[in-house]
Amino acid sequence: MTVLNLLILVCLLYVVLLFSVAFAADRAAMMGRGSWLRSSVVYTLSLSIYCTAWTFYGAVGFAARSGLEFVTIYLGPTLVMVGWWWTLRRLVRVGRSQRITSIADLISSRYGKSNLLAVLVTVLAVVATTPYIALQLQSVTLSFAAFAETDPEAGTLPDMQSTALWVAAGLALFTILFGTRNLDANERHHGVVMAIALEAVVKLFALLAVGVFVVWGLSGGIGPTLDRIETSAIARFEVSGSRWVGLTMLSAMAFLTLPRMFQVLVVENEADEHLRTAAWAFPAYLMLMSLFVVPIAVVGLDMMPAGANPDLFVLTLPLMEGRDGLAILSFLGGFSSATSMVIVAAIALSTMVSNHVVMPLWLHYSGMAAVVSGDVRTVALMARRLSIGGVLFLGYVYFRMSGGGTALAAIGLIAFVGVAQFLPALMGGLFWRGATRTGALAGLTLGAAVWLYCLFLPSFGPSAILPQSVFDHGLWGQGWLRPRALFGAEHMDPVIHALMWSLLLNVSAFILGSLLSFPQPIERLQGAQFVNSFDHPSAPGGWSGGMAQSEDLLIMAQRIMGAREAQALFSAVAARQGVAGYLPEPSPDFLQELERALAGSVGAATAHAMIGQIVGGAAVSVEDLMAVADETAQIMEYSSQLEAKSQELARTARQLRQANETLTQISVQKDGFLSQISHELRTPMTSIRAFSEILRDTEDLSPDEQSKYATIIHDETVRLTRLLDDLLDLSVLENGQVELNIQTGTLEALLDRSVRAAGGDGDGFRIRRVRANEQVELTTDLDRLAQVFINLISNARKYCDAKPAILNIRVTVSDGQLVVDFVDNGRGIPTDKHAVIFEKFSRIGQTRVSGAGLGLAICREIMERLGGEISYLPGQKGAAFRVSLPLTVEYMTAQGAV
Amino acid sequence: MSPERTPLFLARRTYRRRRLADAARILPLIGGVLFCLPLLWKGSPTSDSTVQSLIYVFGLWVVLILASAIISRHLRLDDNERDGTRSEHEETGGT
Repeated sequence: MTVLNLLILVCLLYVVLLFSVAFAADRAAMMGRGSWLRSSVVYTLSLSIYCTAWTFYGAVGFAARSGLEFVTIYLGPTLVMVGWWWTLRRLVRVGRSQRITSIADLISSRYGKSNLLAVLVTVLAVVATTPYIALQLQSVTLSFAAFAETDPEAGTLPDMQSTALWVAAGLALFTILFGTRNLDANERHHGVVMAIALEAVVKLFALLAVGVFVVWGLSGGIGPTLDRIETSAIARFEVSGSRWVGLTMLSAMAFLTLPRMFQVLVVENEADEHLRTAAWAFPAYLMLMSLFVVPIAVVGLDMMPAGANPDLFVLTLPLMEGRDGLAILSFLGGFSSATSMVIVAAIALSTMVSNHVVMPLWLHYSGMAAVVSGDVRTVALMARRLSIGGVLFLGYVYFRMSGGGTALAAIGLIAFVGVAQFLPALMGGLFWRGATRTGALAGLTLGAAVWLYCLFLPSFGPSAILPQSVFDHGLWGQGWLRPRALFGAEHMDPVIHALMWSLLLNVSAFILGSLLSFPQPIERLQGAQFVNSFDHPSAPGGWSGGMAQSEDLLIMAQRIMGAREAQALFSAVAARQGVAGYLPEPSPDFLQELERALAGSVGAATAHAMIGQIVGGAAVSVEDLMAVADETAQIMEYSSQLEAKSQELARTARQLRQANETLTQISVQKDGFLSQISHELRTPMTSIRAFSEILRDTEDLSPDEQSKYATIIHDETVRLTRLLDDLLDLSVLENGQVELNIQTGTLEALLDRSVRAAGGDGDGFRIRRVRANEQVELTTDLDRLAQVFINLISNARKYCDAKPAILNIRVTVSDGQLVVDFVDNGRGIPTDKHAVIFEKFSRIGQTRVSGAGLGLAICREIMERLGGEISYLPGQKGAAFRVSLPLTVEYMTAQGAV
Repeated sequence: MSPERTPLFLARRTYRRRRLADAARILPLIGGVLFCLPLLWKGSPTSDSTVQSLIYVFGLWVVLILASAIISRHLRLDDNERDGTRSEHEETGGT
């Protein structure tokens, strides 16, 4: 069995192992047994996709060419991880609270859920990552070819292109199988992460094994190895300062902004706690990965024939020494590096492409027409699968087009500079409330343009895309626009040159654009939530749910999440709200929760647009804007809310006290009323009984006496009847059961009738009227009004003690009110009695005339029913009553029904 | 900002935690500066060898990892949020 065949076999077995590990992890997670899947160790190991084949093989090549400089690629991420308290902590927190699915999603979400930004980020990410994927394919094919070369029995060399194709196809299969198992990007890809963690162990182990073999096996220990370095071609530390600092910064930036790094760092993160372990464990991993790079490079330079590719020393050194097992392990390490990077990059890119490009287009063209449960979900999954295939296919095409040449080797740093363009928008969005969408768009566009022009396009070589004349004389012959010497910055390293200019211009445009533009309310809201992510973990909602229909929302959610998940979410929220069934109240809180849940599936911008379609536009309420205001305003808001609450409480307490007082008074009144009634009834009853006993028991009564006593009994029963009539009347009025008999007539006629009924004038009682004023047409219950007038006139007749008694009846009409005053010339009513005269059984002083004291109480009730009022008019020398009544009122019979 | 919002002085434990967070923030800056130190040795006839830089860089790396491990171990993520926000605002001013 040849080494090549063995390699193929081992490789296939390894792939089978990866598939089964991923499958087992997915199964365990699904059955809820996978708590160890979410450990910080797995998280740390998954971060190792930073170390691609480019670093596995390329670091040695890098070191062989420029010494210790290679280490900058690892120092940047080390510093970022060590400084996790600054940025990563916040990034992870925001990513989880906003259910972020990708870096494009985060940036778009921060800047008002702008899909334009998301598309821009997605395109730039695809452009920067595709060559990187090609680079991984190349490394696998190159390492495979290295094996084939050493194998004399392999008759025909395997075609490099076909190897790459097979690898690409296998990776696509794996990624589609385990990367798109569930739609919700927030339900982590346990299988993928687990496989990656395994690959991380394999590649670290492989590189360490090769390193140990080189140091102790080939060089004879640490001391001799160091001596060897001293005498090698890279003995002197000749790193340029700008490259050292620049590359460290660049790798730090790329560590945060590479789509695949963002995927494992933020999207797949389960808990903040994992960061604490990764903060030291990942730097340790990086340190171990780079520990033996320089020795391997030096020994390789020393022992390998001149012209051997230093990028493959990790593989060719063991092969040359006949250590086939070690070589195969080393191959597996490189294979692991390449595949894990491609898998995660494909997942990250496919999420971005499907969420921000395919789904919006599909939703736009299909509208909300096809309403089938889960149809959006199907489309989204399909879009994601196709995107994965597409991304890998693009990588393969790029690999074929470039011919696998040395141009690819440089693409790593070029891609870093490309994705570093996201950093200003990302960090600005996390730390600066004033960052706006306009600024982010301007910065990203300008930075990406400079990157394309100064680094990416020139990387294809002169005359490939940019003509030679542009290199020599600049765009349109403008010397200051030369891609390698922008603004006259000549003799700079191309990567550092492009990095400097692109980021400078990017940041400047970002800041300037932000300063000059004014953000929309939703942008300000998101900005506040992102920057104050530790302040307001549950931030205010952006939806006003009044218009939203829960049923429509459920239908839409079912389309995206699938029927079961959507119904589970809805019924959970309904239960929390205390509503039975599946349809919760569309409260702002619920809408925001739903939007986040949907964002986990289709991205923030699409989810926002879809909810907006149903709810009818995001309403940023006054409360939300208050929340956007700065901290002081926040505190003020809270305290004012508290104040309002306590005021409300005080108000309620006051109302309760009043109600209580009223109840007590009514109770007292009722008692008084009852005792009054008994008293009033007893007096006539007593005399009736006494006189009827006299009539019965006294034998010799004269007819005169008999008739006198019978008259008394009769009078008393009349009085009793009147009293009962009055009581009945009052009770009917008070209970509102009275039916008004609406008629129309003049006031004059009414007063005439009332005066007549009250006994007319005469006998020392005179009534003065001005008839000219009484020509008023009235539409009301005339009988009831007459009852009031009669009562007032007869009261004056009874109680006015002046000689002669004169009653003035004055009529005025003002503001649509008819006012009739009854003023006599008697002593009037003492001030302290004004309040009680309208109460039941109230009689003033020692009455000279009999009466139950119900008249004025009945008058008051009648006037209330008629929509008017009767009141005592003080300051008129005599007793004065004012009856006022609106002239134009629909006398509410309705009121009678109350 | 309302004066009563944050107390002027803190209990000993809170104080320690805050200084620990300060240390966590400053660690990458120190690391960044120290990693640039080999640049200063360039041209010096005695000390610009790759081996020396190699040992220095890896030694510093190990120190950073240890420091980070110690700080992260004692830094609680659920430190009271207010502490976090207060410092966050200082950060905003600083970045």
